[in-house]
Amino acid sequence: MNNIINCLVENEPGVLARIVSMISGRGYNIETLNVGPTHDSKVSKMTMVVPGDEHLIEQVIHQLLKQINVIEVVNMTNQRHLNREIILVRVASNDHAGRIEIVDLATLFDAKVIAVQEDSVTLQMVGDQERICDFLSLFKPYNIIDISRSGVIAVGREAVEKQLIPALEIKYNALNLV
Amino acid sequence: MKKQSEIDSGRDIEKSARSGAQCVVDGLAEEGCEVLFGYPGGTVLDIFNCLYDAPFQFVLSRHEQGAVHMADGYARATGKTGCCMVTSGPGATNTVTGLATANMDGIPLVCISGQVPLSMIGNDAFQEADVIGITRPVTKHNFLVRSVDELPRIIAQAFHIASSGKPGPVVIDIPKDIQQQFTKQSMSGPVEMRAYKPHVDFNVDAVAALADLINGSERPLLYVGGGAIAGDASPELLELAHKTGIPVCTTLMGIGAFPESDPLALSMLGMHGSVAANYAVDKCDLLISAGARFDDRVTGKISEFAKQAKVVHIDIDRSAIGKSVRCDLGVEGYLKPVLTALIPLVDKADRKEWLAQTQRWKDRFPFIYPDSGSAIMPQFVVEQICKVSGGKATVVTDVGQNQMWSAQHFNYTRPRSFITSGGLGTMGFGLPAAIGAKFGCPDDLVVCVTGDGGVQMNFRELVVAVEHQMPVIIVILNNGYLGMVRQWQEMFYNRRYSGVMLGQSNRERTERIETGREYLPNFVKLAEAHGACAKRILKPEDVAPVLEEAFASGKSWVLEFIVEPEANVFPMIPPGQAVTSMINRSV
Repeated sequence: MNNIINCLVENEPGVLARIVSMISGRGYNIETLNVGPTHDSKVSKMTMVVPGDEHLIEQVIHQLLKQINVIEVVNMTNQRHLNREIILVRVASNDHAGRIEIVDLATLFDAKVIAVQEDSVTLQMVGDQERICDFLSLFKPYNIIDISRSGVIAVGREAVEKQLIPALEIKYNALNLV
Repeated sequence: MKKQSEIDSGRDIEKSARSGAQCVVDGLAEEGCEVLFGYPGGTVLDIFNCLYDAPFQFVLSRHEQGAVHMADGYARATGKTGCCMVTSGPGATNTVTGLATANMDGIPLVCISGQVPLSMIGNDAFQEADVIGITRPVTKHNFLVRSVDELPRIIAQAFHIASSGKPGPVVIDIPKDIQQQFTKQSMSGPVEMRAYKPHVDFNVDAVAALADLINGSERPLLYVGGGAIAGDASPELLELAHKTGIPVCTTLMGIGAFPESDPLALSMLGMHGSVAANYAVDKCDLLISAGARFDDRVTGKISEFAKQAKVVHIDIDRSAIGKSVRCDLGVEGYLKPVLTALIPLVDKADRKEWLAQTQRWKDRFPFIYPDSGSAIMPQFVVEQICKVSGGKATVVTDVGQNQMWSAQHFNYTRPRSFITSGGLGTMGFGLPAAIGAKFGCPDDLVVCVTGDGGVQMNFRELVVAVEHQMPVIIVILNNGYLGMVRQWQEMFYNRRYSGVMLGQSNRERTERIETGREYLPNFVKLAEAHGACAKRILKPEDVAPVLEEAFASGKSWVLEFIVEPEANVFPMIPPGQAVTSMINRSV
């Protein structure tokens, strides 16, 4: 399954390379990656979508935390959160009827037409992962010329607890032994 | 024009400022550096200029790899952070193997590399390499210094990172112009790092749960790794084991953390571990990993590893907990305080039945080897090193058969007395690491056990021991082969010995034995050319006397023992297999 991982890092040169090199060096996969500044100028937020089972994601998180410049890592998938991605899609269309059809479909997803050319329509769509997925599958039959995706970004819905990574939980209940 | 005195000093007294180069030397001194190993070059000239007046010793290696291994050996022998310095480009790229070696084994090192001037970076300048990019995956952390004002802080941070948490190597890459600029900044007070806080408080509930597990267990086993040595937890381990009657096996890196003379000691586990240790892992009902990381050379087939046991992981490195082997209980923290908290919570016990069982395995399956009559058995040499030194030698090994025999046939009783490249398995590590260890512990007898393959990788460094009068004893177990590879070819590749002949080619080997033609290189002459004493030993009865002579001489020696060429390391659990597949063809 896909996991959305938010990683707060010190805003210093080379940190992105450090994270990405660790991820690739250990054979993990990143589906999307988004990096940007935060309200704290010394901190950047990296949001990555990493496919993998629970064990793998746990390793990814601990290897991230091991990096000297990493401040916090949160698996957003495990908590109430909001996620969004923006995509730009250019769909081929060279007649009026075709354009109408595309725009109709786009409207269903609150997607905006941001450019119309002789041979194509360019749409902008913002949504969570599920919606983006639905949107793209509906457009599959059409002749898509190009897609650009921003990568997922996410925020928690509740005030995040101070201890973002809980102390290693006791997985084994000692009482069961007796 | 600057006055000559200003160029020499690196200090501008009027402005109370120091050059970047001076900051480096001062920083190293403040961090307690006693010996700096290294090799100069264009981009570190300014630092070397300041080193001229440094309060610590500089040791010139003959290759940058040697410098890093020396700093590594120094760190392993003393527990202090090893320091080395190299120039940019090839100087820095030559450190990669040494850094990776230290990184895999969690050894605290600080490596300073020169870099081309900041404005030249990215220009393909002379002797430029992207050292930060190259060393990133083989270090715990690295820094490119971008301003002279941040240099004092970065040096303090580097030492802090190298020596805390799970230790590791840290590279500081310093452009030449930064070394030449002046700053008023200095480092004072503790190191504060926003994102790096390794001093975790361990979870007391987890320790209580561990105590319950121990108290309820019939057949517990301690599995001790290098973390016990790094974390200085030997006394606590001994106390815990004795109070609870828990037998103890160690990993290769954990050797020495628990005295092998102790009745509870089961020696090393894993691929070439003792039968007793591996049987104990197989039959225990509680496996307590203390500062070990479940390397594949330890576990073999994961699904069969410690099948009957609850598995507890104690480690300062959170990412090591549950990484490869299931974890029923994890305790994240430094071993020493965790064990200190644990000891009062566990019941006193003697576990007679379980210990009788482990003792039977020990008695029945000790490390043994066949008698080959007139040829010297390599295992015999290691035993004699132990005997002649009264078990007091610090043994530094290379990698391969010599390493495993050293682990098996010497009775280690103190931490830091066995120094080896465990995780990375770096051939060529032994000789320079032994020299580094000797610099760290000049009063100890340092013996490097190596092979005729590994010793040739960094032989040149021997002059360093000679010129500094830091005597090391280099024991070459010369079997004319890259022995461990040959053993695998014998066992798994139908004896097709491919690319493993040393000395001379395959055909010539028989001829050599028949005609008495010499092995190449001639190690005795080579050693003498480096200023060391040397002898070639052919008979078993000469082993002990020559060791006695060398140990008592106070000089550096190369002792070339011509050993049984096809001796093998046993027991052996073939890679990826379970304890049931153990081959123990020792007699």
